[in-house]
Amino acid sequence: MKEKRPLAALFFTMLKIGLFTFGGGYAMLALLENEFVEKKAWVTKDEFLDMTALAESTPGPIAINSATYIGYKKGGVPGSALATLGVCIPSFVIIFVISLFFDEFLRFELVARAFRGVQACVVYLIAAAGIKLLKSSVKDVFSAVIFAITLILCVCFSLFSVSFSSVFFILISGAAGYAAWLIRRRSSSEKEAEK
Amino acid sequence: MIFLKLFLVFLELGAVSFGGGYGMISLLREQVLAHGWMTEESFMNMLAVSESTPGPIAVNMATFVGSSQGGFFGSFCATLGVVLPAFIIMLIIVSLIRNFINLPPVQGALGGIRPCVVALICGTALIMGLRAVFGVSAGDFVLDFDLRALGIIAFVAAFAFACKRFAKKKPSPIILIVISAGLGILLY
Repeated sequence: MKEKRPLAALFFTMLKIGLFTFGGGYAMLALLENEFVEKKAWVTKDEFLDMTALAESTPGPIAINSATYIGYKKGGVPGSALATLGVCIPSFVIIFVISLFFDEFLRFELVARAFRGVQACVVYLIAAAGIKLLKSSVKDVFSAVIFAITLILCVCFSLFSVSFSSVFFILISGAAGYAAWLIRRRSSSEKEAEK
Repeated sequence: MIFLKLFLVFLELGAVSFGGGYGMISLLREQVLAHGWMTEESFMNMLAVSESTPGPIAVNMATFVGSSQGGFFGSFCATLGVVLPAFIIMLIIVSLIRNFINLPPVQGALGGIRPCVVALICGTALIMGLRAVFGVSAGDFVLDFDLRALGIIAFVAAFAFACKRFAKKKPSPIILIVISAGLGILLY
């Protein structure tokens, strides 16, 4: 497909996706694939899978990671900046307007009651996201041990108001994963030496 | 200097949180409560709004928290902070070191980080659930049992399960939020 102004098309497509996806970055992946792999063919299917893996294993919002990647493929650094801007603008405008009126809105008794119900629902939504990820990412003994230790410690620390940032959990687990890789490598090279 | 503070807090969140918006919730909750920016209730309301409006959840949360503390410029600083690390890291990887993520030591480290992030998400849900249902919060063990919250969580979970089972489709978070809002009006 030939376009006269690919950067403008990139920006407006990202704007559209930012405006119409509910449910955050994971939900956005399906729309991105539909637009950029199937309709526009700017990115191949394999490359899209690569991008998904990258977006999930680099820090930050998945939507931003994906927009930066696709934008770079189409238009270098300016492309990635435009794509990221496009995907952020709808969120920013909508939430900013809501936040201006939110406190006024909560003063209505009916709304306040509705939000007490919604708070319970938020607990379910976070738990459901966690359980879904649990099924796909905790598959061996090592990951199960890391999962169990982190879960127990983070709940206990929070209940007994021990201040311990989650950042440390992430850094320590990363180091443990790296150490486990070193041990695996050493034991496999020893086995080869025995042969 | 609230603008610089917002920018730096969200820059840190953007740089160290894996797993997208949900992976950010535990860290954001710590920061927001530690700085006294929001109460636990208003944090949960903010989450509900962020999940039921379009766009990346992380950007929604940053804009909301930023706006509550520093108006328009506050939400701009927070959003810029949360976006910048992901943008720069991804740009470096895609332009210079394509195979960085596939290196065995990097995969090893990620093998530790992934289950940790999942545990943080589950842990946050558990802490918020204990608080919503039993009224348990940090250092305060006076039980204040709220059967209505438990009822709403159970109803929403049963509804989502029924949808997956019989309609073969996961209900969108918005439908669940609307249902729970209706239950909230009825019960409270």
